[in-house]
Amino acid sequence: MIQVNQVNKTFQLGDQPVHALNNIQLKISPGEYLSIMGPSGSGKSTLLNMLGLLDIPDDGEYWLQGCDGLALDTVPMDEEVRARYRRDHIGFVFQSYHLIPRLTAAENIELPLVLAGIPPDERKERLQPIIQRLGLEQRAGHLPNQLSGGQRQRVAIGRATIMRPKLLLADEPTGNLDSHSGAEVIELLEELNNDGITLIIVTHDMDLGDRAKRKIRMVDGEIVLDKSREQEPS
Amino acid sequence: MRLQDQLLFNLRSLSRQRFRTLMQLIAMAIGVFSVVLLTGLGEGGRQFVMAEFSVLGKDILIILPGRKETSGGMPPLTGGTRDITLQDAQALSRLRNVDGIAPLVVGKAEVNFSGRSKESLIIGANPEFFIMRHLRIQQGQGLLQIEIDQARPVCVIGPELKKELFAAQPALGKWLKMAGSRCRIVGILANSGTGLGFDMNNALIIPVASSMQLFDTQGLFRVMIDVHSLAGMNKLSKEVERVMQERHEGELDVTVITPASLLSAFDDILAVLTVAISAIGGISLFVAGVLIMNMTLISVSQRTAEIGLLKALGASSRQVRILFVSEALILCLAGAVLGILSAEVLLWLARQQFSDLLFIAPWWASALALIVALTCGLVFAWLPARRAANLPPVEALR
Ligand SMILES: Nc1ncnc2c1ncn2[C@@H]1O[C@H](COP(=O)(O)OP(=O)(O)OP(=O)(O)O)[C@@H](O)[C@H]1O
Ligand SMILES: [Mg+2]
Repeated sequence: MIQVNQVNKTFQLGDQPVHALNNIQLKISPGEYLSIMGPSGSGKSTLLNMLGLLDIPDDGEYWLQGCDGLALDTVPMDEEVRARYRRDHIGFVFQSYHLIPRLTAAENIELPLVLAGIPPDERKERLQPIIQRLGLEQRAGHLPNQLSGGQRQRVAIGRATIMRPKLLLADEPTGNLDSHSGAEVIELLEELNNDGITLIIVTHDMDLGDRAKRKIRMVDGEIVLDKSREQEPS
Repeated sequence: MRLQDQLLFNLRSLSRQRFRTLMQLIAMAIGVFSVVLLTGLGEGGRQFVMAEFSVLGKDILIILPGRKETSGGMPPLTGGTRDITLQDAQALSRLRNVDGIAPLVVGKAEVNFSGRSKESLIIGANPEFFIMRHLRIQQGQGLLQIEIDQARPVCVIGPELKKELFAAQPALGKWLKMAGSRCRIVGILANSGTGLGFDMNNALIIPVASSMQLFDTQGLFRVMIDVHSLAGMNKLSKEVERVMQERHEGELDVTVITPASLLSAFDDILAVLTVAISAIGGISLFVAGVLIMNMTLISVSQRTAEIGLLKALGASSRQVRILFVSEALILCLAGAVLGILSAEVLLWLARQQFSDLLFIAPWWASALALIVALTCGLVFAWLPARRAANLPPVEALR
């Protein structure tokens, strides 16, 4: 589903070039559950943004499977095509939720459908089961600032999944949450993974990272460790 | 994105930033308001001046002392090399195609009646003047038909002047004093507004020969000629010039004007004026446009996170651009409508206040203001909207 070849990304910090992604080589199959860990500044977010088509690598190839099952190299793609890809294939969950404050919980979840121009009837149909699954029935009409952190992150997850993407990217989704709501959010994400979605989580939390079936460790823009649980001697 | 959803999204974000929205709305409304109001006032003023001039019939020639060489311009209203005398006027009245002739002397004097006094306009004229100016008598009679060079101590007064001097008392037959001479009131004019700058309601009309004695002058202020047929107008005007030249030792020192030429000269000037004041309004519109640009720029930088989010969710650059531009357009449209409405209300009030001034904004002014407002919104919002649309999503999200 995902094939990353020899991808590099450098940032210019003052007169110091920072190699945020250094010759990244990565292959991810559909339905996988990955965690990315590593020290601060090691390039985890940069990798995730690149995988989510929010950022473009300086060189290398990034093959991503489209809805027709065909994998295409997204690096040379036009920004408008990438936007379409993001809309149809990729869901994002951010550490700081990024909800639109003037829209209610339900409207925030509905937003991708609105942007995609889906008619209201169909939107309602698709919205209802998701709100139920998120346990937000009582909170659907509330504005984000009336919700707890855990509830906000659940709204964000609802928004990330309402377009039924194949790839769900979460950058420190529990970073702003206490351990209880953090666990709830992780359970929700894992449930979605069980349903078949490819899940990639960036986290600093060892316990959370260990729950993933495949763990990647980054240091200084390089993947220094990539191990699947199956290979582990138990 | 569907249109309804987009409008809803715009309205949400507009109502979210109430202060910003209000400021832009007011700026745009003021711009449009001033364009519409100023053109309305300008048009009203123009119509008013036109109406003033059209008190005179179209078939009237006016002869002024003095000569202005450039044709088509404004004739001099005072001065001149040589007087036009009563004898000149008499000579002109013998020309063909002349129905009547009204020699005029105009001045100011204090008019007294038993202790009350009033500085008022004194017009020396003859009965033809009443016909040409369509003056009507509400009481008594007009000036008598007498030899043009005969002075008589009689006068006709305007209704306002009558009220000032006599209040509700009868005035007919009473004697007025002015500057050492006396005259008996033989008639009172009906209410007849102003025309050519003469406020007939406050005027006192005496025989032209009496006025020449009163002001001790030989020269006429002007001579009006009632032309029999419009077709002969130009020919007559040449004739008049020839006769006057003959009588003034070969020198052409009078100006002959037709109301039509005067009217078109004024019309041109006033039309330019109207355009000029509309341009002032246009400047405020432009300022409003710049304000909208700044506000949209601020809004873009305040909402970079939102823009990044929208792009992360798959909104195309085009969608983001449309969202911002349409937001500005909605503002401009609302502001313009507000401005047009309030200008119309004010013009309506002005019409109530000054019933003889027709303050109506021409439709093209409102249409133009609306178009300029929308274009401003479009052009000025385009730049920031493009900036928003081209933000890379990662940049916007951090
Ligand atoms: N837009 C940018 N401009 C300059 N440098 C950047 C930019 N984005 C990232 N970097 C640099 O690239 C490196 C990797 O950043 P990244 O955000 O991927 O780290 P991270 O692993 O997510 O760290 P953290 O755990 O703190 O979130 C850092 O050194 C960072 O300073
Ligand atoms: Mg990070």
